[in-house]
Amino acid sequence: MVNSSPARRRLPLTWLGVVPFFVFVGLFLLLPTLYIVVGAFRTPGGDFTFDNIIALNTPSILSAYWVSIKISFWSALLGCLIGFAMAAAITVGKGPRWMRDPLLTFSGVASNFAGVPLAFAFIATIGPAGIITLYLRTEFGINLRLMGFNLLSTLGLVITYLFFQIPLMILIITPALDGLKREWREAAAILGATNAQYWRKVAFPILFPSILGTMALLFANAFGAVATAIALTGPSLNIAPILLYAQIRGDVLGSPNLGYALAFGMIVITGIANTAYIVLRARSERWLK
Amino acid sequence: MTRLWSYGALAIGILYFLLPLYGMSEFSLRMIRGEYSLQAYYVVLGDARFQATFGYSVLMALVTIVFGVLLVVPTAFWVRLKLPGLRPYIEFITLLPLVIPSIVIVFGYIRLYNTSSWLPLTGTAMGTNVLLMFGYATLALPYMYRAVDTGLRTIDVATLTEAAQSLGAGWSAILARIILPNVLGAVLSGAFLTFAIVIGEFTMAALLDRPAFGPYMQLLGANRAYEPAALAVIAFAITWACMGLIQLVTRFSKHNRVAR
Repeated sequence: MVNSSPARRRLPLTWLGVVPFFVFVGLFLLLPTLYIVVGAFRTPGGDFTFDNIIALNTPSILSAYWVSIKISFWSALLGCLIGFAMAAAITVGKGPRWMRDPLLTFSGVASNFAGVPLAFAFIATIGPAGIITLYLRTEFGINLRLMGFNLLSTLGLVITYLFFQIPLMILIITPALDGLKREWREAAAILGATNAQYWRKVAFPILFPSILGTMALLFANAFGAVATAIALTGPSLNIAPILLYAQIRGDVLGSPNLGYALAFGMIVITGIANTAYIVLRARSERWLK
Repeated sequence: MTRLWSYGALAIGILYFLLPLYGMSEFSLRMIRGEYSLQAYYVVLGDARFQATFGYSVLMALVTIVFGVLLVVPTAFWVRLKLPGLRPYIEFITLLPLVIPSIVIVFGYIRLYNTSSWLPLTGTAMGTNVLLMFGYATLALPYMYRAVDTGLRTIDVATLTEAAQSLGAGWSAILARIILPNVLGAVLSGAFLTFAIVIGEFTMAALLDRPAFGPYMQLLGANRAYEPAALAVIAFAITWACMGLIQLVTRFSKHNRVAR
C-alpha cells in the first residue's frame, strides 16, 4: 500500500531557519553561563556540593558583595530621583520645553559613555589633582581630601556611576511621564484636588511601578559594571566585580569553584533585580501604554 | 513653585553633567605647564600602541557588526514570517546579555574554550579574536535584535515575501534585496550602537588578553596624567558621533516612510 496522496505531509523544516541563532546563543551565551552555574555547585572532582556557596560566607567576600550592593543601591536611588526630577521638569513640569530634545539626545550619549573613559573624566575633574579639586583649594581654601572626600572610594564610585544612571532614568521614565493623561489631571482638578494632591494620589501611584522597576534596572546596571571601577580605583577596592576580575586573572581565592560561586552570586543578584524590573514594568503598563 | 523646582532640578543635573566634560577637556589641554596646548592629543595620537589598539578595536567592531547583521536579520525575519510562536522566547534570550554581567560570560568562555577543551578557541590568537568577536556580538545582541525587530514591525513582511516569491526570488534574494533595504535604518542604528559598545569595551578584551582599545586606555590611565583625559575626550566624541548618526538615520528613515 503506497501512500501516494498528493497532500502528503512534508517534514516540517521551518525550524531550520532559526538553527544558526540557537547554536550561537547556545554556545556563546547559555552554555558559558550554565558552566559557571553548574561549577558553583561542584567539587573540583565533579561531585555535587553546596560547599562553594557556603564558602562565600567569609568576611572578605561578604564585604565585597555588600559594598557592591551599597554602591549599586545608592547610585540607582540617586539616579532615579535626579533623573525623575529632570525628566519631570521637561515633560509635566514647568521647565523650558526646548530643552527636551537636547536633553534626551544627550542622555542617549551619556548613558553609553561608560567604562574606562568615564573614570578618566571624573579623575580629571574631582580626582586628587582634578580641576575642581584644585580650584576649590586655591580659590576657597577648601581641601576636599582633608574633608574626607576621596574619588577612589564608595562615594566616588556612586558619584561617577550617576553619570550613566541619571541619563538611563531620563530615557526610560520620559515616555512614562508622557503617558500621564491630561484628563486625569483635569478630572482631579474638577473634583477639587490641588496640584500636590493630584501628584500624591493620582500621578505618583501610576508612575510608582515604573520608577521602582527602573530603579531595579539601574541597580543591575551598576552591579555588573567592571571597567569604570577598575579604571577608577585599580584592583584595590574590594567590590564583587573587581574581586571576580582578580579571581579570573589569578585565582586569588585559591579555588576555581569558589570563583564560580562568586560569579553565580552576581548572576543571582542581577537576575533578581531584572526580574523585579520586568514584573514592575508589566504592572505599570496597566495604566501607561 | 513648580517652575522653581523644574529649573532647579535641570540646573543641578546639567551642572553635574557639564563639570566632568569640562574637567576632562580642560585637563587634556594642560600637558604643557602654563599654557593650553594640544600636546596630550599629539602624544596620544602619535603613540604606536594607540594606533594599533584603536585599529584593532575598529576592525573588531566592523566584523562584529557584519556578523550581528548576518545572524539577526535572517533570524528576526524568519521568526516573524514562519515561527511567531517563538518570538517571546527569542526576545527573552536576546535580553539575557543585559541580565548576566559580561564578566560572568567571559569567565564562562575562558573555562569552556580553553586549550584543553573540546573547542580550544583560546589556544591561538586568531581563535581568541573570533571568541572575542562572538562575545561582542553577544553584548550587542539585545540592541541589534530590538532594533531590527522594531524595523520589521513597520513593514508587511508576509506580503513582501509573497510578492517576491511570486516573481521568482529565492530566500537569499528576498533577504538581501527586499528585507534588508527596508530595515536598513534599523540595522544601521543597531550597527552604530554596536560600534559604540565595542570600541571602548574593557572587560572581555582584558580577560581574553587581546590588544584592544579598552585595555590600552586602562593601562595608560594607570601610568599617565594628561593623556587619559585626552583619550576620554576622544572616546566621548566617538560616542557622540555614533548617537548622532543613529538620530540621523532614524530621522531619515522616518522621512522616507512619510514620503511614500
